[in-house]
Amino acid sequence: MTPTTIAAYSLLAVYSAAAVYVIAFIVSVVDLARRSSEVLAAQPLAASAGSVSAAGASASSGTTVAAPPRPPAAASATAVASPASRLQRVAFALTVLGFVIHVAAIVLRGVAASRAPWANMFEFALTGTAVIVGVYLLVSIWRDVRYLSAYITGLVTLLLMLATMNVYVDIVPLPPALQSAWLVVHVFVAILGTGFFALGAGLSIAQLLQARREAGSSSLRFLGGFPGSETLENLAYRVNVIGFAFWTFTLIAGAIWAEHAWGRYWGWDTKEVWTFIIWVVYAGYIHARATRGWRGSRSAWLAIVGFTAVLFNFTIVNLFFKGFHAYSGL
Amino acid sequence: MASAPRSDRTAAKSTDPLRPADHIDQPVPEPGSGVAQPKLGLVGYLRFFWRQLTSMRTALVLLLLLALAAVPGSLVPQRSSDPNGVLQYKAENPDSFKILDALGVFSTFSSPWFSAIYLLLFVSLVGCILPRTKHHLEAMRARPPKTPVRLSRLVGHTEVRSGADVEAAVDEARAALRSAGYRVEPYPVPGGDSISAERGYLRETGNLVFHAALVGVLVTVGVGGGFGYNGQKVIVQDTAFTNSLAGYDSFNPGRFFTEQALEPFSVRLDDFDGHYELNPATGVYQPVDYTAHLSVRTPGTDWTDADLKVNEPFEIGGTKAYLLGNGYAPVVTVRDTSGAVAYTGPVAFLPLDGNLMSRGVIKVPDGLDEQLGFMGFFYPDPLELTDGTFTSLSPYAGDASLLSLNVYTGDLGLDAGVSVNAYTLDVDELEQIAGPQADTESIKLVQGQTAELPNGLGTIEFTGLKRFASVEFHHDPTEGWVLVFALLILGGLLLSLFVPRRRMWVKAVADGDGTRIEYAGLARGEDPTLAAAVADLARRHQERLERRMNP
Repeated sequence: MTPTTIAAYSLLAVYSAAAVYVIAFIVSVVDLARRSSEVLAAQPLAASAGSVSAAGASASSGTTVAAPPRPPAAASATAVASPASRLQRVAFALTVLGFVIHVAAIVLRGVAASRAPWANMFEFALTGTAVIVGVYLLVSIWRDVRYLSAYITGLVTLLLMLATMNVYVDIVPLPPALQSAWLVVHVFVAILGTGFFALGAGLSIAQLLQARREAGSSSLRFLGGFPGSETLENLAYRVNVIGFAFWTFTLIAGAIWAEHAWGRYWGWDTKEVWTFIIWVVYAGYIHARATRGWRGSRSAWLAIVGFTAVLFNFTIVNLFFKGFHAYSGL
Repeated sequence: MASAPRSDRTAAKSTDPLRPADHIDQPVPEPGSGVAQPKLGLVGYLRFFWRQLTSMRTALVLLLLLALAAVPGSLVPQRSSDPNGVLQYKAENPDSFKILDALGVFSTFSSPWFSAIYLLLFVSLVGCILPRTKHHLEAMRARPPKTPVRLSRLVGHTEVRSGADVEAAVDEARAALRSAGYRVEPYPVPGGDSISAERGYLRETGNLVFHAALVGVLVTVGVGGGFGYNGQKVIVQDTAFTNSLAGYDSFNPGRFFTEQALEPFSVRLDDFDGHYELNPATGVYQPVDYTAHLSVRTPGTDWTDADLKVNEPFEIGGTKAYLLGNGYAPVVTVRDTSGAVAYTGPVAFLPLDGNLMSRGVIKVPDGLDEQLGFMGFFYPDPLELTDGTFTSLSPYAGDASLLSLNVYTGDLGLDAGVSVNAYTLDVDELEQIAGPQADTESIKLVQGQTAELPNGLGTIEFTGLKRFASVEFHHDPTEGWVLVFALLILGGLLLSLFVPRRRMWVKAVADGDGTRIEYAGLARGEDPTLAAAVADLARRHQERLERRMNP
């Protein structure tokens, strides 16, 4: 097969993956809607369940001792008030299927180009969306975050289709400036950071909604299936902190590469400015978690602002700002 | 500084007296306690401002301000990274330019307001690091704290009965905790014994290293960067560049730069290879490789070969050379009517597109009856379009490569003693004598051809074609230190975020013919797996006791 044919198959896989994600998204939304009505049916029960934030998934399994009473401070585990519904399981299976096809698309693209498949804006979006799903699936193994299914599949479908329709480029040889092992390291770690920030932002949004509901100022009933806002906050923090570590590495690796390619490690190029802004915002988020009066909703807003800046950096800065990082290929 | 032990509030209120007063784990002040204060006095005010500056809230606000203040630096071109963009902005928006320039927006990152924010932030940071370092050093020497009377209020509290005696239980607890990396200390309790243990000091160490390394980067960049320089030079094939101030096309010295910092060396461009691939979709060639074949010489040595590529700088002593750009340099010879040479030499034409259609300027101030300026285009692989203009089909030059020049006469402005950009020609004051606005058509030449200049001024010959490479030379003696601090930042961050700092207690009290054993933990910082860790300790401790009693 010629590279062109392989690239065509890759694109076909992209569309297939997006189609599967769309179905997964629809199923997730239907699931949320159903939860609303179920919760409504079981109102008195749900009202009392709302204040119980979590039960222990980190239970002391395997010990020979009597189960310890779980102190409130250890309520780090998630417990979806209602068990995973059939629809939720279907949505999850579809997401896994979409992910497999998605990864196949990336591999084919890489084979067709014989290089790392993240050298222009389309490829970055292609790999980036897969990593968002990948992080979601990975975290699902550790904690049940399937209540975010609609957010993840919706976001990924949207980004993937926008990228394919608007910034698609054919495979072209790598320009000399990108011919470096740092392309693999610097860009991929940036993508990984983005993946964790995306999930973190989803958790923070859920946390804000849940906090409003807990305060009685909102009646979004589907949130009955979500963990309490404090559990969401702790989980969002764990995920965002991993993203922050990757982002720090991205900055440093980028500086090393810039020194190698452009003769200076830092020059306030527009992309560098925004990467710095994002880093500072998330640093603020981490500090907010440790500042009285800033925990909870305020810090959640910072995480959302941070992820918005990530999206801004990738879209607006790429397309409309002038700078050295002009590799969109458009 | 971030680390937020939530559960500390319950048991260990005063564990970190040196954290900022509004840190999440500090006791909440009594309402009104900060309101009815007596007169502060000077020292009181200073202390008050210092405490405000080093508080978490101030640090947080400064961080957010820093992010906000950086935004304008990406919205308008910056003098440091895009000086031409600034000039262009000035030409296009003269009114808003004045206002923005007065605000320093075009050099955002060295503006007073940006500097004020980060300097305050770093003062606040230092004010936080120093006492915490002292406190941490003390904590590392201190013994784990006394076992609380009631463990039941702590995380993961577990109680079991065992047939082992108190001594065995405490022995095994000590061993189990030691093997898990805890520092342990026995504390007798009424009716039994207990082990107090603490681990994860690296978390605070990492935290302090992270913040100290940030200061390190700032200081190294701020002070060390002043000793370096960078300069650009267009080197035409077969010519050499000698590293001296006069040799550079443009030069940016650091604050503390002296000419002695220029290491003596010469660089000659022998040949230049550019490899391209055609993109069938756009019809434009994409570069796949640039290689500048250089010869390098330092005093007292012979020329040695060196290849320079993008992404592969080479080093001469402490100076690095980078390949920034390249293009064609047509060689032209201008003669007067008698045939005497008025000008000869290669002229670098700057590429305008991927197929190396290039624009350049030739200035002939002397040797002719009038000063002459040429402005035109070079097409490596020319194609005439239907409207009579040309384009280049590929970046590869050949016999057909075309040089097309408009000719101007008048004062070129070279006699005024002001430095003039060699790549531009200000045609406002000049008269076009060949070109679209003149009676004579523009001059078109292929290699070897000669054309008559208008007005009987002489001739111009396209004598040959050379390549040029634009090379950046860069010297920064502190670069290595910046890298070291950057890696410390990363290492410190990973430790401070992912090493759990926790305390653990095992208490054994004689109870009838057996022992009642209690386990509990206390998080010091984010520690979502503490309950699991306590359960794990309890399990391993039980196993050890089991083995001890039934060997």
